[in-house]
Amino acid sequence: MIEVKNLVKKYGNHLAIDHLTFKIEKGKIYGFLGPNGAGKSTTMNIMTGYLGATEGEVLINGHDILKEPEEAKKHIGYLPEMPPLYTEMTVQEYLDFAAELKKIPNNKRESSVEEVLKLAKLMDVRERLIRNLSKGYRQRVGLAQAVLGFPDIIILDEPTVGLDPKQIIEIRELIRNLAKKHTVILSSHILAEVREVCDYIMIIAKGKLVASDTPENLEHLMDGSESVEIEAKAAPSKIREILRPVTEISTVKTEEHADGTTTAVIETKQHQDIREKIFFAFAGAGCPLTMLKTNRASLEEIFLELTQGESAVPEITGDVEDMLSEDEKEDETDAGDL
Amino acid sequence: MLAIYKRELKSYFQSMIGCVFVAFLVAFTGIYFMAYNLNAGYPYFSYTLSGSLIVFLVGIPLITMKSFSEERKNKTDQLLLTAPVGLGRVVLGKYLAMVSVLAVPNIIFCIFPLIIKLQGTAYLKVDYISIGVFFLLGCVYIAIGMFLSSLTESQIIAFITTFGVLLVLYLWDGILSFMPGSAISGVIGLIILLLIVAAYIQQMTGNWVLSGGIGLIGAAALIVTYILKSSLFENILTKVLGNLALANIFTDITSKSIVDVSGIVLYLSVIAVFIFLTVQAIQKRRWS
Repeated sequence: MIEVKNLVKKYGNHLAIDHLTFKIEKGKIYGFLGPNGAGKSTTMNIMTGYLGATEGEVLINGHDILKEPEEAKKHIGYLPEMPPLYTEMTVQEYLDFAAELKKIPNNKRESSVEEVLKLAKLMDVRERLIRNLSKGYRQRVGLAQAVLGFPDIIILDEPTVGLDPKQIIEIRELIRNLAKKHTVILSSHILAEVREVCDYIMIIAKGKLVASDTPENLEHLMDGSESVEIEAKAAPSKIREILRPVTEISTVKTEEHADGTTTAVIETKQHQDIREKIFFAFAGAGCPLTMLKTNRASLEEIFLELTQGESAVPEITGDVEDMLSEDEKEDETDAGDL
Repeated sequence: MLAIYKRELKSYFQSMIGCVFVAFLVAFTGIYFMAYNLNAGYPYFSYTLSGSLIVFLVGIPLITMKSFSEERKNKTDQLLLTAPVGLGRVVLGKYLAMVSVLAVPNIIFCIFPLIIKLQGTAYLKVDYISIGVFFLLGCVYIAIGMFLSSLTESQIIAFITTFGVLLVLYLWDGILSFMPGSAISGVIGLIILLLIVAAYIQQMTGNWVLSGGIGLIGAAALIVTYILKSSLFENILTKVLGNLALANIFTDITSKSIVDVSGIVLYLSVIAVFIFLTVQAIQKRRWS
């Protein structure tokens, strides 16, 4: 579908994209995730042929975007970060223009414009000037333009920015529907959105791909750092007393509350489920346990871990685990407050 | 290309700029027409038209200023450049739309010689040729303005630089009279021009071998020719740079009724060069 090989983009001396390589397969929703300035938009701009790459190549269905631009661009619908709208046109005029620009055959033009108007729920504003539309509607016009003609690949740069919660849900629904027949690539810095919508996540930081996998697998990456959180009706010293016989525990962090309860975060030495042992320890001591749960590393933590790591960010997926375990060791030394 | 052409043309007449341009040019020419042809009874419409030339200085920048700078500022160029349309066609579509705007007042001008004819003798051949060349000169100016608009994001800067360039071209004859005529100053002047061209090529391609090669070989050739036959360089600056006085070809027709065919070829070449440069300027921005 799309192959990106060794992509490099330099702005003067600033390296915006640093040897990026990935492949995109048909019929899935891909999410580009990364902090601001990570190179998401630049990558998308190169993939769609708006910008030229300093090095490397992009193949769209086997067509090089630079050598056969017209053929390659036919397969792509693109919604840039800022929807490219001519504000002095009406929605209908704009979409008619876009349809002609995309070389949709004359006899299908009207029906395909009609179809995207319905899809993006723009029917009641079709005769209004784009200038007079709100940000959310403009975003939808941009989306309608990207979807127009139903190209194989639909690339959306932050499609839900500026929309209200109801519209966000609608757009997500729309993206899921599109993915039944098309490949969708979207970028976002909102984790919840990417996790909910995408089948596959690519995390980009400083122009490099630091991780790429399904959301579930990414969460498993941090399995090693599972911890147990408890709440009990006792003083912190009492809790530490009770937990002392459980030998698997490495660190305990406690916090006392005004109502006489204490919460504690317990970390283990190895991957072990110590919930039962904790339960019986408290039961034996006759101390009521009001809460007991395991904390899984969330996608947020993985994201922060991967994107805020210093210059030693590894290049490919395989190295991610190594880096994580290194970071873990550092964390342990910092957090040892037993 | 047709889609871009239609959209642009429509936008010129929706956003008033096209209407203002047409009204401005026709009203101004109308005043001259009344003064020269109707009141003073001079039978040549072409003479009136030469007075209208000054309107181009403000009118042309008005229609070219937004052609590319506005697209760039509103990021609508992303739509055009990611659509399956070649860049050359995008530029050509826009250029032809501006040319069509210019064609509207010129078609209206075609009525004026007929009005003269109603009153007595008219020189229709000269008048219609001069309208055609006037239009062609406008097309040259539009190509220059479009190129300058593709260099900047600001419409104001595009307007002012285009106005400046057109003003210098308008006054070119006067400026030219200050050029030195001796052979040595001729060769130095040509080398300076060559270096400017080489510097531009360097800036566009970033290729030192190419631009350096052109600069060095050209300079060497000039110096060798100068040593062998220095008389060749006398008054050469005036001759070479004199070609830039584009309006002269038009005023030759209006004042002396002489049609210079090579001048018309020059117009067409200048148009082609600036359309090419516009495409290159946009390409360059994609890569930097």
